[in-house]
Amino acid sequence: MYIYDQYDHEILRQRVAQFRDQTERYLAGDLSEAEFLPLRLQNGLYVQRLAPMLRINVPYGMLNSTQLRRLARIARDYDKGYCHVSTRQNIQYNWPALEQVPDILAELAEVEMHGTQSSGNCIRNVTSDQFAGVAPDEVVDPRPYCEIIRQWSSFHPEFAFLPRKFKIAVSGSQMDRAAIQVHDIGLQLVKNGAGAIGFKVLVGGGLGRTPVIGSVIREYLPQEHILTYLEAILRVYNLHGRRDNKYKARIKILVRAMGPENFAEAVEKEWEHLKDAPSTLRDEDIVRAKSYFTEPDYATLDDASAQAQLDQQAGENVPFSKWLMRNVRQHRVAGYASVTLSLKPTGIAPGDLTDAQLERIADLAERFSFGEVRTTHEQNVVLADVRKTDLLELWQAAKEAGFATPNIGTLTDIICCPGGDFCSLANAKSIPIAEAIQRQFTDLDYVYDLGDLDLNISGCMNACGHHHVGHIGVLGVDKKGQEFYQVMLGGNAGNEASLAKVLGPAFEAEQMPGVVQNLVNVYLENRTEEELFIDTYNRIGIAPFKERVYAKAS
Amino acid sequence: MPKLVKDGAIIDDTWTRLDKPEGDAAEVNVPAGQVIVPLSVWQAQREQLQARDDIGVWLDSDESAFDLGDDAKQLPLVAVNLPAFMDGRAFSTARLVRERFGFSGELRAVGSFIRDQMCYLSRCGVNAFRFDDETIDLEKAKQSLQDFTEFYQAGVDQQQPLFRRRA
Ligand code: HEM
Ligand code: SF4
Repeated sequence: MYIYDQYDHEILRQRVAQFRDQTERYLAGDLSEAEFLPLRLQNGLYVQRLAPMLRINVPYGMLNSTQLRRLARIARDYDKGYCHVSTRQNIQYNWPALEQVPDILAELAEVEMHGTQSSGNCIRNVTSDQFAGVAPDEVVDPRPYCEIIRQWSSFHPEFAFLPRKFKIAVSGSQMDRAAIQVHDIGLQLVKNGAGAIGFKVLVGGGLGRTPVIGSVIREYLPQEHILTYLEAILRVYNLHGRRDNKYKARIKILVRAMGPENFAEAVEKEWEHLKDAPSTLRDEDIVRAKSYFTEPDYATLDDASAQAQLDQQAGENVPFSKWLMRNVRQHRVAGYASVTLSLKPTGIAPGDLTDAQLERIADLAERFSFGEVRTTHEQNVVLADVRKTDLLELWQAAKEAGFATPNIGTLTDIICCPGGDFCSLANAKSIPIAEAIQRQFTDLDYVYDLGDLDLNISGCMNACGHHHVGHIGVLGVDKKGQEFYQVMLGGNAGNEASLAKVLGPAFEAEQMPGVVQNLVNVYLENRTEEELFIDTYNRIGIAPFKERVYAKAS
Repeated sequence: MPKLVKDGAIIDDTWTRLDKPEGDAAEVNVPAGQVIVPLSVWQAQREQLQARDDIGVWLDSDESAFDLGDDAKQLPLVAVNLPAFMDGRAFSTARLVRERFGFSGELRAVGSFIRDQMCYLSRCGVNAFRFDDETIDLEKAKQSLQDFTEFYQAGVDQQQPLFRRRA
């Protein structure tokens, strides 16, 4: 994990002081509401339905136990005892008092954390694969590059007042687990024929009101040029992105208006002047960044005997075996596995964590996984480096703490935005819909039989819940002051990224569990042996789903 | 006389700035003395204005550094306008004027920017700050230039990114 040196600490200290002064000026009436707005957003502070909301960065999802304990203390001392893991791998607090935010930021700075650029029209927190560094299908560990980009983008003087927010995601694996095709910039780490590391560069993806899949503007960019190339993209966007209409201000609109080829050409032209500038990475710069992400102190383990023991334990313990099947993944290193702690038990808002749970996770991380965890964009938490021989013990401890719901990747592992319960932009509630659907599917064996199935819910078209890329997507809509839910099918966030299509007229909240049940039934009746929901949908199309749902609903 | 912050000091503003003309830019009467003219006036009257050493040019947020181009080098002053402080194009324009077109004279931010942007603007090459709002306390505003004293990425003021300067 990256560790701050005196420079990082000094920069962050100055930032906290700056924001404290800004907050005081605002409270004293010296800074207008409009002027304070972008300043507070760039420190993570929203003003929400019930209270301010504070968004804390978790760069590429990495957290250590000390940070978890500090987050717990903040939840307890400044909030109502809980926080929320977001689809951008960040942590959100729903009830801080504006006056106390500078103190919260000061507490965070002590543990190398901040809310910098977690909101606002600037380059946001860089996200990545939660299994970075441990995934068997990894080509290059993305984390050193994420950190290099984090530093470059933090307090970037030229790009703090962009036309709109800007999100960068980096993936280093064969399977994209960072949804890079629906980010403003998606970076895929690759090796060329000669084994040299570089990036495939995608631009102009995004969700929100106008969902778009990103376009590849460069198949291979040698790694040393990443910062100057990003600078060129951002400069083209800053100068040419629309500012007259906030709904048309994202880079995806610019890329579409210019055409990806012309956009790429403009970037290359700008880059000619920036290429080889001092921001070009030298070998030693990359080596230095990588030195923070070396392997933890793995033991040399006998995988065969660990696996044999595990198989035996699984054979004797059905619930444990189910958890192994859904929540535990293969690890790159012999004798180890990666574990996803589910934050999706039925009846809890997806992604919610109490202060005590944060501390439990900190303890588990120390006991089982070198004191580190990762947050995921599916709103769960990962212990990346667990010995296979410890899994049974970890499972028991996780169960006690409420994290062992064996539902990762299934229909009940729902991505869900805060919706009408917390968010002032919402058209409809989303958390109760997630809960109602979870209650419809309580039979785990039934849910397992459905296999991987992504169900994503957003409370409005801003798409914080990624509904466009859910196999089943649900969008809250407002009709004459009443809450309705539009259902979409066929979205996909991974390598085969696709955008979901609207099924038809929207439903009332009470209908939603039944609608999802109908969709599932059509799948079960039509699937072939090996097909997942999304495969069946891609083969048979939307019509059979539509017929069933509206026949039953009317 | 109105004041501005230049090179970290508060001084009198001895320049007048002409608004964009309603009609033909060629017809605009550019008075004697230090005058900052809009880009369109510069372009329309380049021949005459070039002969003077007291003419500056201001670029609006939708006008590009490329429109002024190498002309910048012969001017004592270039200004970038922020019609609204949320419009961040001037940040890129300032960098281009300095880094692409090698301008070394006074680079001014004008318009509705806020003091909290001064530190970033100065990193983009702006060395003079003239607020439209003349009631702003420039003593206090000046302090914002010190909001940060260390930076991660390269800027006009510090060409070496921090990763190259780290021990
Ligand atoms: C509670 C207050 C929140 C507000 C006011 C808010 C606001 C917005 C807005 C306005 C957009 C649309 C941006 C655009 O398309 O241009 C958006 C998108 C998004 N937000 Fe939020 N959001 C909130 C909470 C969240 C939460 C809790 C999450 C994560 C769980 C989240 C993650 C996202 C994501 C992933 C997008 C999609 C961006 C994209 O790729 O286009 N937001 N949000
Ligand atoms: S999708 Fe809409 S309702 Fe949900 S958090 Fe985002 S802005 Fe709020």
